[in-house]
Amino acid sequence: MFRLTNDRLRRRLTLGVSAVVAAALGLSGTVAAQGRNPAYDTARRSGLVGERMDGYLGYVGSPPADLRGVVEDINIKRKAVYAEKAKANSATLEEYALTAGCLAIARTSPGEKYQAPDGSWQTRGDDPPVRDRRCP
Amino acid sequence: MISLSSTDAATAATARLVETRRRAGHGLGKRTAVLGAVALAIAAGGCISVKAPDKPIVIELNVNIRQEVVYRLAEDAGNTIQSNPDIF
Repeated sequence: MFRLTNDRLRRRLTLGVSAVVAAALGLSGTVAAQGRNPAYDTARRSGLVGERMDGYLGYVGSPPADLRGVVEDINIKRKAVYAEKAKANSATLEEYALTAGCLAIARTSPGEKYQAPDGSWQTRGDDPPVRDRRCP
Repeated sequence: MISLSSTDAATAATARLVETRRRAGHGLGKRTAVLGAVALAIAAGGCISVKAPDKPIVIELNVNIRQEVVYRLAEDAGNTIQSNPDIF
């Protein structure tokens, strides 16, 4: 067989490493896309938690004890993200949170719960959800 | 002569109206009776009606946030949600 020159070797190694890295990134990307805590995902789909108008998760009825920690953890993380993004956009945390709430409600899948402008929990159907009049 | 036994203004006014008409030779007539009854009802009652508002109830969440701000932040918020799929 032919002898690999330093040049070719370097190129092959780079290609090989790049391929491995790309594969790894691709894999982690897939995981992250559905990166929800399974308990949260299940609760959301079964309508135990829903999207509140103000941009946070809310309990529909009385939550099981093991769900509280999961939901509160998520809400704390949301709040941190809102705080950071609001500052970057010269807005208040509440303004950013309300905007995110508008969009989060729009993203609900049929069967999931969301909070309507009158405060009640509604089940998402195929129609667009009823949202605050300020929502885009 | 009619003696006014009630101090209620509407009753008194109605009684005066009746007396005036009687003196003038008119009968009471249906209209006078109706007007008199209405005047008495308003004076006696004060109508209180309890019914649900016609407009749907809306919880005014963060009343001070304007729509234009929400629109301005919408794109960035959308990106934020996409970038944080674990918490949304």
